[in-house]
Amino acid sequence: MKMLIVSPILIPLVAAILALLLPRRLGKLAGVAGPAALLAASLALLHWVLRDGIQVLQIGNWPAPFGITFVVDIFSAIMVVLTGIIGFALAVYSFHSIEPERFKFGYYSLFNILLMGVAGAFTTGDIFNMYVWFEVLLISSFVLMVLGGERAQIEGAVKYVTLNLLSSTFFLIAVAILYGKLGTLNMADLAVRVSQTYDDTLVKVASLLLLGAFGIKAAIFPLYFWLPASYHTPPAAVSALFAGLLTKVGVYAIIRTFTLIFIWDRTVTHNVILIIAGFTMFFGVIGAVVQFDFRRLLSFHIISQIGYMMMGLGLFTTVAISGSLFHIIHNILAKTNLFLISGFVYHLQGSYALKKLGGLYRRQPLLAFLFIIPAFSLAGIPPLSGFWSKFLLIKAGLQLEGWIIVSIALIVSLLTLYSMTKIWAEVFWKPDPQAKPYSVEKNAKYYSMLMPIIFMAAINALVGLYAEPFLNLTLKAADQLMHPSIYIEAVLGGYLP
Amino acid sequence: MELLYTFLAIFPIAFISPYIVRQKSTWGWTLALVPAAIFILLLRFVTDVSHGHTEILALNWLPTLDISLMLYIDGLSLLFALIISFIGFLIIIYASGYFHHNNYAGRFYMIVLLFMGAMLGVVLAGNLFTMFVFWELTSFTSYLLIGWNHEKEESRWAALQSLIVTGGGGLALFAGLILMRLIVGSFDIADILSQPELIRSHSFYIPVLILVALGAFTKSAQFPFHFWLPGAMAAPTPVSAYLHSATMVKAGIYLLARLNPVLGGTAEWTTVITLVGGLTMVTGAALALPQNDLKKLLAYTTVSALGMITLLIGLGTSLAIKAAMVFLLVHSLYKGSLFMVAGGIDHAAGTRDVRLLSGLGRLLPFTATAGLLAALSMSGLPPFFGFIGKELVYEANLHAPQWVWILTATGLFANAVNVTVAIVVGIRPFWGQKHEKLGHGHEGPLGLWLGPLIAAAAGLLLGLYPAWVAKPLFSPTVSAILAQDYSVKLKLWHGLNTALLLSFLTILVGILLYVVRANFARIQQRLAVLQPIYPSMLFKNGLNKFLFLSDKATRALQNGNLYVYLITIFSVMAAGLWLQVISSYNINVKIDFHDFNFIDLGIVMLMIVATFMAILTRGRLTAVTALGVIGFGVALIYILHGAPDVAITQLVIETLTVVLFVLILYRFPRFTLLSKKSTRMRDASLAVLVGFMMTSLLLMKNSAESLANISPFFVENSVIKAHGHNIVNVILVDFRGIDTLGEITVLSVAALGVYALLKLKMGAKEK
Repeated sequence: MKMLIVSPILIPLVAAILALLLPRRLGKLAGVAGPAALLAASLALLHWVLRDGIQVLQIGNWPAPFGITFVVDIFSAIMVVLTGIIGFALAVYSFHSIEPERFKFGYYSLFNILLMGVAGAFTTGDIFNMYVWFEVLLISSFVLMVLGGERAQIEGAVKYVTLNLLSSTFFLIAVAILYGKLGTLNMADLAVRVSQTYDDTLVKVASLLLLGAFGIKAAIFPLYFWLPASYHTPPAAVSALFAGLLTKVGVYAIIRTFTLIFIWDRTVTHNVILIIAGFTMFFGVIGAVVQFDFRRLLSFHIISQIGYMMMGLGLFTTVAISGSLFHIIHNILAKTNLFLISGFVYHLQGSYALKKLGGLYRRQPLLAFLFIIPAFSLAGIPPLSGFWSKFLLIKAGLQLEGWIIVSIALIVSLLTLYSMTKIWAEVFWKPDPQAKPYSVEKNAKYYSMLMPIIFMAAINALVGLYAEPFLNLTLKAADQLMHPSIYIEAVLGGYLP
Repeated sequence: MELLYTFLAIFPIAFISPYIVRQKSTWGWTLALVPAAIFILLLRFVTDVSHGHTEILALNWLPTLDISLMLYIDGLSLLFALIISFIGFLIIIYASGYFHHNNYAGRFYMIVLLFMGAMLGVVLAGNLFTMFVFWELTSFTSYLLIGWNHEKEESRWAALQSLIVTGGGGLALFAGLILMRLIVGSFDIADILSQPELIRSHSFYIPVLILVALGAFTKSAQFPFHFWLPGAMAAPTPVSAYLHSATMVKAGIYLLARLNPVLGGTAEWTTVITLVGGLTMVTGAALALPQNDLKKLLAYTTVSALGMITLLIGLGTSLAIKAAMVFLLVHSLYKGSLFMVAGGIDHAAGTRDVRLLSGLGRLLPFTATAGLLAALSMSGLPPFFGFIGKELVYEANLHAPQWVWILTATGLFANAVNVTVAIVVGIRPFWGQKHEKLGHGHEGPLGLWLGPLIAAAAGLLLGLYPAWVAKPLFSPTVSAILAQDYSVKLKLWHGLNTALLLSFLTILVGILLYVVRANFARIQQRLAVLQPIYPSMLFKNGLNKFLFLSDKATRALQNGNLYVYLITIFSVMAAGLWLQVISSYNINVKIDFHDFNFIDLGIVMLMIVATFMAILTRGRLTAVTALGVIGFGVALIYILHGAPDVAITQLVIETLTVVLFVLILYRFPRFTLLSKKSTRMRDASLAVLVGFMMTSLLLMKNSAESLANISPFFVENSVIKAHGHNIVNVILVDFRGIDTLGEITVLSVAALGVYALLKLKMGAKEK
């Protein structure tokens, strides 16, 4: 049973190896089976954590804080489930839409390794181990990004990897300082020791370095440059995978460290986070409204949405944090699906340029309907999913009388609406500028791309229309995050230094 | 509860309606059974409500947030819901004629039914949160419907404009409602209405008032947000008739009326609402005069009428509220009817230009009858319901606590314009000789004239028998808005009084304006210089300006240059760290030289020299070699201070790096110096800042007192429990084995990546 805690790491690892070693067809099946199993395991894990509380596994039976600990609280479990959902949907989507050459060079292995890295980062309770998972997902995403070797891919990937290596450097320095000062790597232990060394310059510096390191990953202002430079270059399935998961790992790490470890000086740290949140959402969205490329528009949008996730952390109340968590759930579902839809539109019309697209409202009513769900979720139209997180965040903001951040959040929400209607008007409403005779072969590729879109839209619609259990879930998770002693107790148990 | 379930059933029915219509395109009318059922179910509440009861039907929805799906049925919501379902019924019948043989009719029914459900939700919701959910849904469905002819640029723009304006107002309203929730502690209307004093005396009162008013004003097309409504005429006529005159645009009015008991009655409320309402009323009327398009004429008079109702609610006297509600029903009936008539004319004549329309009466006898009846009600002639409405408006104006003269004069103007427009739209197209440019149109299918005829006839019927609605409907409505019992009596004949005199005057002025109306177009042309400050132009230019600036800002930030990105990130991090270090007062740096000897000094000197060489040299090979020297220096220090295994690693890596660099440099073009001196100076200072920072951090770390660290555990347990003598190895493969698993994965993936980069070149294949 305890193995379930590390199954989100082991399952993709096994799948990756099988995908590489088995003959082509079987390997491809393993590539899809891995994420499917991951999804199942993650659901079981979430169920377990909800029933029995935070689950802890001391690897090799070395007690915390000496060995490496894996910890799954509700927040982690939610993130792993989302990883499973995205992984499964995208594995299916890739099945026919990725070219055979890319499969030959280990597409599904890389894909599964990426999931492994993401799941590892979500479940580890050790700050250095988290660094290792960051490396795993950085290298696998880099290779996925350059796989195929197209010129634009390489150009984007160089920026991506350079700026992300910078992030790794900051991360490593921060870990070194923390270990040097506090003598431990276990996050629960760090939390305990930080609270004992009140107001220490080195710890503050380390927290800032970590905020910078994770901030680059999460694409916050003004560290986000790598994202719009690279996300629109690889195949749609890869873009979608990155868009859904990679930045959220950074967000996860920020939320984890700034609810568990660095909470002693909130008037400074969390106000800084709040200011960053405002800038991030604003500059992200103004980048989005002026784009004329489907995926570039969506990429800038990711940044803007990260701002909302940071806003909840900056406000730092249970309602606000649950708003952030709900926003993460909503955003992963909606944004990934929009990238999938952009890939589907590319399949239909051969372009990502908004100017060259059009006429799909008439020709593809089902696709139009499927687009409306994630797009207007993002815009926060009730009762779709984005509305609930907006509600929680605005409510928390008004409760604390944070007029400025609330105003920014509302204005950005209007601009988000504008940018979504821009895609809608250009891709679906506008007549097709190419006006060529139109026929789509409804082959296996067509359905293997459409099915994941339907799957994701259905979950997205469910989260919106039947929000109750999800609100309940995020509130519980936020409550756990607001009481770090539960986490510390679960990890260190009787042992307190 | 049947009502609640039927109401909820609207939404699934909406989604399956395209399939119903796909079976047979003429089956659209069957969907009219939905509003009919709602209407009948609502009627069952009339008796209860007229006795002063309030019915609440609730379903659990979001217990976590303490929000339920609740219907709150009192006079106010009942009046609105009846209007929505009644006109909705007529509109669907009308649409079945209008969209005869249209391949996309299914979508229309779907969206209109969704709208109807949402609109009923807005007025019936017993919870402001739920109300807001439906409120936004009406904006969204309205967006889809305005963009119905979406292949036209103009339609798309009109749709966007309305969505941004009402959506923006919606967000303001959202904030306002949450503030109200924070004051009262509940979203339930019943709870909120029970706390008028608390809300009015709270420090949030003014923000709430402004935010709620913004929501209401944008939705109900009040000045200066009125411009989206004429634009919305790009929608098909059934939509204009239903959403943009009879129902959706009255949502803002509903909201003001609903919250009147808690927000109203203060000087701020009266001033803001009355002023904006009055401005809208006059602007709308003035802008209606020069129009020549049937739908534009109706749209601007709708703006004017909405302004009038808003103004009356702002006044807040019982007479004014009574007048507002009666006029609201009057307006819905005649305006809905006239819009449908305009659609019928368009269908038959192929144009909506009033200069071309005449003599259609013989071709369209039923449409003409509907037009005439509705026009007479709009003009406020007895015995039509419009007459009663207008008399009440005058009465309210004459008995207003202040501003009596201005109110009466502006009211007279707006009503007179109504008379003019009624003649132009409802009467003139049917009289006289047929214009030679008009084709041989004919009466459309039954659906196309039945709807307007019923609505117009209702206007006559209620004029003759006002008592049917006075006590059962209007008494509880007005009571709900005033939050006190009030009995409404409606009569056609009020005797000879000032109001009657004003009515007479209205007709005269209206006819006069009709006679001279050709001149208004010229006046409008003269005023064209003012165009840049029209709200619609301000909106458009403002949006363009904003997009222009966004583009500039984005290009400046995301300029495509990796070097600039790096500079930015380093600067931000350096600034943040320095601020942090400087702002804390306990900087504590002790440098301890006790095990520092001459060999160390020699190595360090060597490294410093190498560093400067790497920076200053112009030969790449020299720079790489110098970097190599630094690396080997570090390795030597490791050896001297007892870490040979780390030193070996360092040596291997340094050697490999230098070799790789040399291999790559071999392929590079010749070295040239392209950067400016200032750039290099800037980079140098940034480098010094960052480097100095890192050095100080290390020094601070070394001087700080550390807590006991976890390494003694490894020393103690390495042999006993892990059975290994090399502690580093045990840490790598046992204590922290999973780190190593991760790192092995990293290496394997890197190898795979290098292989793929070398072998797989898809770029050449693609276009």
